[in-house]
Amino acid sequence: MKHHRVLRIISKMLIPYIMLFALYVQFHGDFGPGGGFQAGVILASALILYGLIFGIDAAADVMPGWVLIRIIAAGVLIYGGVGVATMMMGGEYLNYSVLAAEQVAGQHLGILVIEFGVGTTVAAAMVGIFFAFAQRGSEDDD
Amino acid sequence: MGATAIAILLLRHLLSVAMLSGIYSLLAASVFVMLDAVDVAFTEAAVGAGVSTVLFVATLSLTRSTEKIPVHTPILPIVVVLLTGAVLLYATAGLPAFGDPMAPVHTHVAPRYIDTSPSEIGVPNMVTSVLASYRGYDTLGEVAVIFTAAIAVLALIGRGGRRKDGEP
Repeated sequence: MKHHRVLRIISKMLIPYIMLFALYVQFHGDFGPGGGFQAGVILASALILYGLIFGIDAAADVMPGWVLIRIIAAGVLIYGGVGVATMMMGGEYLNYSVLAAEQVAGQHLGILVIEFGVGTTVAAAMVGIFFAFAQRGSEDDD
Repeated sequence: MGATAIAILLLRHLLSVAMLSGIYSLLAASVFVMLDAVDVAFTEAAVGAGVSTVLFVATLSLTRSTEKIPVHTPILPIVVVLLTGAVLLYATAGLPAFGDPMAPVHTHVAPRYIDTSPSEIGVPNMVTSVLASYRGYDTLGEVAVIFTAAIAVLALIGRGGRRKDGEP
């Protein structure tokens, strides 16, 4: 779709704002609607849009497959790691109250970190699945 | 929504079906907004209307884009579907009325969350506090499901990072 100038320029203008919106949804999820799942999908849709318009190889240069696989695993590790951290600090698994001096501050910190873990896994998983399909298609064209 | 669903059933051109299911998801998202379930609407719009439509289209580019005409008669499937639908409709009669404050779902753990979440968690969005803190194990399980799904797809059809590492 590289020759569609309107699509190319409009998506070039939109992609930074989609990514910014994903970050807003990610870190504002405690206060408004949203959270890790939604933010991850929105971030993934920015990368997928880039892949659709500028070609899958250009997108794979931004996000190579080996990086994606590690990010997918890193999100789960962040989430599980918070649980291990709470156990180290004397609480139950995933009891965020012990993460800070005050219960509410600990809960805030815990929720922020695990939502970040959710977001990274979801975003990388969606982009990875899309790449898997799209690269399979471009292989047949070769 | 109903018209979209019937069109999805009748059409055999799968690209149109993928587009229509995206529209269906967007309509479902607006229904969720009307029911004040903003978080669910958000997810439905992003996943249902956005990413899954792209994945459908990506799959169609790998396969054929028209549905095969079935060779067998559809009588047995219709009987099964009608029976299941009748049982489900019968079961609906036993559900509490829509919005009933005395329904079991509103009297079990929900009051505890609503009463203590502001002081225990202190997060203004109560959906987030239930999802991430009270139901932290469930959300960890969901993340594990997404992780497993992604790994499975990449293992089946992806070429992962192997090419960059210099392997075949």
